[in-house]
Amino acid sequence: MVDATAIEIARAVNAREISAADLAGRALARIAERDGEIGAYLAVTGELARRHAERVDAAVRDGKSLPLAGVPLAIKDNMCLTGTPTTCASKILDGWIAPYTSTAVQRLLDAGAIPLGKTNLDEFAMGSSCENSALGKTANPWDRGRVPGGSSGGSVAAVAAGEATVATGSDTGGSIREPAAFCNVVGFKPTYGRVSRYGLIAFASSLDQIGPITKTVADAALVYDLMAGRDPMDATTVDLVPEPALPALRADLRGVRIGIVKEFGLEKLDPGVRAVYERAYADLQKLGADLVEVALPTADYGIATYYLIAPAECSSNLARFDGMRYGLRVEGADVGSTYERTRAAGFGDEVKRRILIGTYALSSGYYDAYYVRAQKARTLIADDFRRAFASCDAIACPAAASPAFEFNAKADPVSMYLMDYYTIPMSLAGLPSLSVPCGYVIPEGGRYPMPLGLELSGPLFAERSLLGIAHAYERATLHAQARAIPEIVAPVGAA
Amino acid sequence: MASGDIDVAYVAKLARLALTPAEIEKFGVQLGALLEHVDALAALPVSDVAATAQVIAASNVMRADVAVPSLDRETVLDGAPKREGAYFRVPRIIGVEA
Repeated sequence: MVDATAIEIARAVNAREISAADLAGRALARIAERDGEIGAYLAVTGELARRHAERVDAAVRDGKSLPLAGVPLAIKDNMCLTGTPTTCASKILDGWIAPYTSTAVQRLLDAGAIPLGKTNLDEFAMGSSCENSALGKTANPWDRGRVPGGSSGGSVAAVAAGEATVATGSDTGGSIREPAAFCNVVGFKPTYGRVSRYGLIAFASSLDQIGPITKTVADAALVYDLMAGRDPMDATTVDLVPEPALPALRADLRGVRIGIVKEFGLEKLDPGVRAVYERAYADLQKLGADLVEVALPTADYGIATYYLIAPAECSSNLARFDGMRYGLRVEGADVGSTYERTRAAGFGDEVKRRILIGTYALSSGYYDAYYVRAQKARTLIADDFRRAFASCDAIACPAAASPAFEFNAKADPVSMYLMDYYTIPMSLAGLPSLSVPCGYVIPEGGRYPMPLGLELSGPLFAERSLLGIAHAYERATLHAQARAIPEIVAPVGAA
Repeated sequence: MASGDIDVAYVAKLARLALTPAEIEKFGVQLGALLEHVDALAALPVSDVAATAQVIAASNVMRADVAVPSLDRETVLDGAPKREGAYFRVPRIIGVEA
């Protein structure tokens, strides 16, 4: 049962076929058994999980039905959960206990989810491999010599390794979609403004969005439906009532137009990877979709645009970590040196790089040339998508150009930034976008077939239609079920 | 836009980051490479384009002016690196040149 989907688990718990307490115990046992090898969690909240499970069981005994009754939930450790450590995988927040709970997490707990713990990430969600965590190393369950992707690496690894049924992720430039692709799970970034960020520790406020990481598209729809909607605690949530996506899942793609981006030509990819995506596009067509070519002439400028806007916002947001009110403080001779020493000791290299580049882009003399120019480029990128969506309902492309890479393979920061080539343009335009498993390839020198993800993106607020399309593709292809994770089938230590 | 000419020591001062000479050297090279990459934006014709700060058309959002409970003071102060009674204990800022 611990390997079932969220929908199956909630049904069984509501029907009293299994108790939430029993499930929580099994999920915690699974973590104890596997997480030493995977490293998905920074903190396991066993006692809290058992308390929540008892409450869910009591509610079910009282005749209540909860949409996530007993569903084991992992929470990315940049989201606050009252009374638990919330670190952002940074030394500057190590040991800090959150005094409140983020809205998105609270809504899932209210729906009956069981909080198992907090998952690893690249420090402050800045990275594409989880290697920038200052507090732990997470391995890809499909090949432990490879990264899980990032920044939501712990959340995707937890779901992929069966250490959680659903997880929360946050996505600023691809941090849900790229790791979901690397670990063969579904990762969904809703439209900017759909899900409250209250209690999400800010990285780049014009881009950050919370979304679900799940085993199936239907589970993603279920979790998204519960998370979405206006929150008085986050003024950037839109005042639109989201139509539930779960009832709109569809079985085929007849009458659906899927845009294939001219500038994202598959000829740039390695032959094995290319073959997987060619088959994915053909499968969309087999399901009845019309494939239409669309142009995104400014998409190639996405990374340059993003690596000015996101660091600029990060340098401003992370100014709050000054050692005064929370987290680490390293005393200096005066207040200025206390600030400088605290931040030098508390932040890792990638965070420092982004603070520096952002501070530079916002500084006098460079503001117009860098920051304002990037904001204008962003307008052009969003306009390209608007034009593209005049002729299609969704856009399909790779979630990443390659499967998960080995640890330390991208030591040069710019080569790591290029990993987000296919996810950043959608983030800059605020679009709903997801990755759904689409096949496997054995990387050069690799031991195992590694998963790839198909990225599907829709117009602003078109989550319902987008999830419907992704579900039809998933249902017809079943890539996530096609293989078992090699090292988990052969348990740790067994020959 | 000029590339590769970032004065890391000066920017670090603005960003309140103490860096060692070795870090200044390392970040200078890395940020120079990134700036070369972002210089590609110079090729985009943007003179007549409006800037996008964020994609959702939102103006000021107000809430009713009603007092609601805030976070528990003890809990919040417990998270502080230093406290004194009901206060955060911070370094002296008056009369200090930061």
